[in-house]
Amino acid sequence: MSYKAKFKVWRGEGGEGRLEDFTVEVNEGEVVLDIIHRLQATQAPDLAVRWNCKAGKCGSCSMEINGKPRLGCMTRMSTFDEDETITVTPMRTFPVIKDLVTDVSYNYQKAREIPSFTPPAGVRPGEYRMKQVDVERSQEFRKCIECFMCNNVCHVIRDHEENKTNFSGPRFLMRIAELDMHPYDVADRQEAAQEEHGLGYCNITKCCTEVCPEHIKITDNALIPMKERVVDRKYDPLVWLGDKIFRRK
Amino acid sequence: MTQTTPEAPMRRQRAQVKVRTLRTDRWWLVPFLTFLGLSSFLVYGVWAIIDNSIFVEPYIAPFASPCLAAATCPEGAQLFGWAPIGDWYTLSPGLLILALPGGFRLTCYYYRKSYYRSFWLSPPACAVQEPHGKYTGERRFPLIIQNVHRYFFYAAIVIGLVLAYDAVLAVVHKPLGLGSWILIANAVLINAYTLSCHSCRHITAGRLNHFSRHPLRYRAWTFVSKLNAKHQPLAWASMFSVMGADFYVRMVAKGIIAFPYA
Repeated sequence: MSYKAKFKVWRGEGGEGRLEDFTVEVNEGEVVLDIIHRLQATQAPDLAVRWNCKAGKCGSCSMEINGKPRLGCMTRMSTFDEDETITVTPMRTFPVIKDLVTDVSYNYQKAREIPSFTPPAGVRPGEYRMKQVDVERSQEFRKCIECFMCNNVCHVIRDHEENKTNFSGPRFLMRIAELDMHPYDVADRQEAAQEEHGLGYCNITKCCTEVCPEHIKITDNALIPMKERVVDRKYDPLVWLGDKIFRRK
Repeated sequence: MTQTTPEAPMRRQRAQVKVRTLRTDRWWLVPFLTFLGLSSFLVYGVWAIIDNSIFVEPYIAPFASPCLAAATCPEGAQLFGWAPIGDWYTLSPGLLILALPGGFRLTCYYYRKSYYRSFWLSPPACAVQEPHGKYTGERRFPLIIQNVHRYFFYAAIVIGLVLAYDAVLAVVHKPLGLGSWILIANAVLINAYTLSCHSCRHITAGRLNHFSRHPLRYRAWTFVSKLNAKHQPLAWASMFSVMGADFYVRMVAKGIIAFPYA
């Protein structure tokens, strides 16, 4: 069963551009990325789109479909009405290179600012001994495919470009939480999360969780636990007193 | 039609789309319903403070419990007959304790999400532009005070136990009374909501990195984590249950509800 679908696709370079109208064939079982490829093949050979695995595992084809951050390869055409006009735009938080391709180097910059896993002095690789129960909590965060849709949808930087300097976004606050929860990591992640990566900007409105294609509970399992750890460290006088009395580190 | 706009230079490189959102679904519905739900709770809370029909043997209205004022709490309503606030206090007894459950809900991680979205529109929904020109989050006064949530959690544990005690007492004295079982249902929901709190999850074992060294705390954390996954529905259910139970007791106290097993 095929039909002709109406599409509006954002086309342009360096931020300046427009929504262009297309009418394109849709076949049963296809996803939005298939339709974008058909547009390339038939009507707009210079349409730029980043893609790779077509299986929801590489995180390349992040885009906004009818205003919602989605993976093009995981958005089935059958979820839309046949007479619906489908709007496809690039991720709004990042600068446009061309058409649907954005420059996501902000994310790589933030990733570089996080010190890597830091084991205790004197413990060499191969000597780590951990129980599964100690590491499985943070294993959820390893499912991240780095599509950066959580950072794209986060209003802290989506609506306020000026916050990009001080806020690393949910993806990298989750990375900090992952390291902070690791039984063998000894780096000071809590102070860095609050002071350098802007955890305090997060007002836990959970859009990062809503758009995550891997269904990681970013807010409940990473950001809020990290906020609570920061409260322990910076804002709770009883914990401070307990640490002093019992000489806890 | 070209959609270029003369926006600030810093944002020039983003895709310039003039509209606030391109979402085509009814994204405004959830924040609107949330606004109505939370507003109804606020309006009811104000009425409950003004209204004095807080007790009818053996029921005490949850909004007024624990009843601590000697002058305005009937003898049967006082917790263990204890009324530390003397005769000088003649206002509503609910006013004395309102800050504790109110503060718990106000600083709750779920309620924060709901009122930031529905009242402050920050953001109203995902991928919908917020109307504010500047955003500093919970880093500064007054929102930095949200970090006090765990202290309200400690208080909420006490309030939850008091409501459970009130409900058990009602069942003991009037086992066939509808009100007794309404109070029991309310106490269960209030305590489930309290225990599902993110601060509770952190305190049980969330702050630890070695669960294997603390098996009992880990089991508690696992239990709280399961409840925590239901924090949002529990927040709503307990909010409506406490309003419903409170309203029911006041209606019985006023004689408006007066059937034999009320």
